[in-house]
Amino acid sequence: MNMNDPYDVSPSRGATSTIGSTRLATSIRDLTKEYVLKSETVRALRGVSFDVPEGDYVAIMGPSGSGKSTLLNLLGCLDKPTNGSLYLGEDDIAEMTDDELAEIRSTRIGFVFQSYNLIQQLSVVENIQVPLYYQGRLGSGEKKRAMELAERVGLGDRLDHRPAQLSGGQQQRVAIARSLVNDPFFVLADEPTGNLDSVTTDEILAIFDALNDEGRTIILVTHEDDVADRAKRIVRLKDGMLHTDEQVSEERRVAARLAQRQAVEELLARE
Amino acid sequence: MIWLRTWKLGVKSLALHPLRTVLTMLGIMIGVTAVIVLTAISQGASDQVQRQIESLGSTTIIVRSQKPPEDKLAGMRATQYGLLRSDLERIVENVPTIETAIPIREIRRQFTYRDRSIDGRLVGCTPAYADVNSLKIRANGGRFIGDADDLKADTVCVVSAGVAEALFPFEEPLGKRINVPEHTDKYKIVGVLEHRNPSAAIGGSLDSQDFSSDVYIPIRTLRKRVGDTIVTRRSGQFQMEIMELNQITLQASSPEKVRPSAALIKSLLAPTHSEMNDTAVVVPLELLEQARNMKLLFLGIAILIACISLLVGGIGIMNIMLASVTERTREIGIRRALGAKRGDIVRQFLVETIVLSFVGAFLGIVVGFVSLYVYEGAIWLFQEGFPDQFASLPQPIREATPSIVLWTIPLAVMIAVSVGLVSGLYPAVRAAKMNPIEALRHE
Repeated sequence: MNMNDPYDVSPSRGATSTIGSTRLATSIRDLTKEYVLKSETVRALRGVSFDVPEGDYVAIMGPSGSGKSTLLNLLGCLDKPTNGSLYLGEDDIAEMTDDELAEIRSTRIGFVFQSYNLIQQLSVVENIQVPLYYQGRLGSGEKKRAMELAERVGLGDRLDHRPAQLSGGQQQRVAIARSLVNDPFFVLADEPTGNLDSVTTDEILAIFDALNDEGRTIILVTHEDDVADRAKRIVRLKDGMLHTDEQVSEERRVAARLAQRQAVEELLARE
Repeated sequence: MIWLRTWKLGVKSLALHPLRTVLTMLGIMIGVTAVIVLTAISQGASDQVQRQIESLGSTTIIVRSQKPPEDKLAGMRATQYGLLRSDLERIVENVPTIETAIPIREIRRQFTYRDRSIDGRLVGCTPAYADVNSLKIRANGGRFIGDADDLKADTVCVVSAGVAEALFPFEEPLGKRINVPEHTDKYKIVGVLEHRNPSAAIGGSLDSQDFSSDVYIPIRTLRKRVGDTIVTRRSGQFQMEIMELNQITLQASSPEKVRPSAALIKSLLAPTHSEMNDTAVVVPLELLEQARNMKLLFLGIAILIACISLLVGGIGIMNIMLASVTERTREIGIRRALGAKRGDIVRQFLVETIVLSFVGAFLGIVVGFVSLYVYEGAIWLFQEGFPDQFASLPQPIREATPSIVLWTIPLAVMIAVSVGLVSGLYPAVRAAKMNPIEALRHE
């Protein structure tokens, strides 16, 4: 395991804090976040703690106003907590500067957004390479890796297409490839299927399943139960606090997969 | 490497909106063009003035007779004023730094040969006059008046090209005698001059001189034949004007000696002439320095005007970049989320403004050079199409050829690029300061 080797695909790269014998992808302790809106203070998170061990597949759920988005922003190192700590590996992002956070984002986190968020003027391969670009890694090896990842998500024949030339599902696959290019501690997906129909949803979730099977850690924010049921674990937030944290039984996961598959097949059969 | 990629990216983003990019560049381009063209034209005009003054010579001092104010002449039966031959002697004796001194007397006269005639100037002078005024004898045209002619006060003359053409269109003028009817004198032509362009007036201190209808005779001959008194009849009355010399042209031994010599001459003339105020000392060197100051002023004004248009160009860049930042808020958010530092974003937008202003400046240089040719063409067309109006233009404009002032090119590029940088910096910093979460949410 070597942090400096970009081709080390072992998912355990860099995660060194441990609980028992399991390494942790991220660890949250008493996390609070307050916003000041005009004269009012909004307490979006009021002390949340949980760990995400490596190889886990966590779905974060909760109604709007539960602090779900705030937690997502903190996990993505886009924002800093008011109090508490958030560890990625050995580093607590609460103490980092803006530039250090940017560095963490480009090296340790893989983002997948609801609206794909590809850069319109870049091609598929170039979009996949963006996180490496900001690490200053611009060699031909990086390009090769981007091409392999495009292949991996089934877009090997569309390397030079622009996002506008791709369907929603294809764009989301590019985004997934992009989230893997820096070999992150975890993939952070924000409603990744929110804009997709059920056929494409199934395809995208199948990719996540496969990635998790290979050992990738996945944190997924969703409000759809059938999406959450495919995760290994569901964390529910309510009023800025941890409400429930349950493991999903293997039966339930298989059932969710089957149900979705069936729905897709019915849909396809009808057409 | 990262810079190279940033440049590529910048060019790519600009190429995404070609029309907008070109319009933005236009502002900078026009500014740079203005700097180059305006300075070139003002340089051309002042070069022209400078050449005129230089043609007078940097060691020359001109002492002229000038008509005193009317009230000083009141009550005189004959108006008598101006330089005296004794002034000349005094100057030559007392100013050791003077190498040559040319006394000059000019009278308007009619010249005739058989049935042809021409009005012109009868100029009494000494042999050195030809050199000082750059008069050249034409090929096989004889000689200028010599010292011997002057000593003997011979009735010989040298005619200008204009007089020769008017009086002798088909004959060889050398050896012929021309008449000055008012004095029943005949002057034998010993030399014919080449054509010489008229000299321009310089400010209020020197009148223009048209050498085209001059006849030159030795100054002693003029004194003997014509005398100092000139009688003119005006509205039934005879008017007498008595003047010994119109002008004394002096050459100092070196340019450094010009000012002290001029000062000494002024003090020598003061006792006899200060009351009448009928002489003036003109130093072309001083005029030259004034002209140089004027030139700097012109250049300064030209650059100022051009800078204003560059400023407008800069505002254009800022405007476009601000619009571009707003339009690309989402992209900025994505880039920030994927690891771009604030500096990366600033760099990305700055590169675009640098490309804009550099390419704009380059185009400005090209267009500047081209438009100078256009300017010369336009002047030529105006001259051909509207000769009368053209003739009424000030001479420096008529004859000036714009000449590019080389140092204004780097200056213009520098100003353009710094204007671009300054106006690009604010939008770039604004882009970088955006909260990535909000930027991502932006539609």
